[in-house]
Amino acid sequence: MQVFPFLVVAWIVIVGLYGVITSRDLIHQIVCLIVVQSSTYVLLLGVGYVTGGVAPYLFDISPHAKAVDPVVQALALTDVVVEAAVTALLLSLAIQAHKRFGTLDPHELVELRG
Amino acid sequence: MTPRQRLCLFAVAAAGLAACYLWAFAGLPGFGSYPGPYGPAIMSRVIAQTNATGAVSAINFEYRGFDTVGEEFILFTAAAGMSVVLRRLRGEHEEGAREGQSSAPGAAASRQVPATSSSVRVVSLLLVGPTAVIGWWLATHAQANPSGGFQGGVILATAFFLIYLSGEFLAFRRLSPVALLDVAEAVGAGGFVAVGVTALGMSLPYLYNYLPLGTIPGAVSSSGTIALISFLVGIEVAAAFVLIIGELLDQSLLRREGSS
Repeated sequence: MQVFPFLVVAWIVIVGLYGVITSRDLIHQIVCLIVVQSSTYVLLLGVGYVTGGVAPYLFDISPHAKAVDPVVQALALTDVVVEAAVTALLLSLAIQAHKRFGTLDPHELVELRG
Repeated sequence: MTPRQRLCLFAVAAAGLAACYLWAFAGLPGFGSYPGPYGPAIMSRVIAQTNATGAVSAINFEYRGFDTVGEEFILFTAAAGMSVVLRRLRGEHEEGAREGQSSAPGAAASRQVPATSSSVRVVSLLLVGPTAVIGWWLATHAQANPSGGFQGGVILATAFFLIYLSGEFLAFRRLSPVALLDVAEAVGAGGFVAVGVTALGMSLPYLYNYLPLGTIPGAVSSSGTIALISFLVGIEVAAAFVLIIGELLDQSLLRREGSS
């Protein structure tokens, strides 16, 4: 099963997108977007995994020991931070939308008001 | 476009996307056999070059430090953006609440928020101390273990939310005045850049690790600027998260006052 983690990634992306498309609530839609983004964690950690590798912390292992890739793990950290920032901004926009239009249903948020 | 048409369009697009994904994955190295050159290269040099045992932190705050500046400013910008988006709203809210009070003074009784149960209060107050210590510890041990400013900052911010959760909203606000948070956030974000610019002033490359690296790998005093930057990031992240959640909590309070 050399590709199984990557199939999981594709599945998470498409399931999340399906949620974004069919959502009837902005908060639910934001959560679906988080699901889409969480696929990137699986992808990064899946790409960097080395069979039999240990964690890249050099307390008790030799610098030449077989370890999982620390570069993609650092990228996953960036990913988490970006997700937190995006979620915070989207939630505040959802609050504003609810305040202005009195609804969180994206189907009712069709007309622009200045 | 009806929801049904939209779903049909999505089905076509999703099938195309899935096909592209599978095509792309066919070109990836198999799971568990990543041949990336950078990981092993960094692993074999990290102790000699930086005296940090945590390779992930060394990458984040040293090898890829320039990138992490941008990452930190994403969070900084998000907190600033939220303040901007929600600030105008707050004025509208307060006006609405005042109007409501003048027209229906009797409604104030029904606006009472239910009291926090004593078990929630006790558990969250008990957790404040340990959470703050763990957050601080994580923010200051990036060079040694799987921790760092980002993780530590978030947990440090959680200590403040526990105070809120225990029903002490006023204490939460008194302990985290927005003016102080703004200063902390600016110090954390600006400090990171200042560390890099200081290296330029010493005619070294930007973000060069110019501090003494210490003698024991992974000790708190080791790894020079990695530890310093991680600590600054911890302050920035904690302040940004308390600001962000504080904004959202303010909104929920105003909502309760204004709507019901």
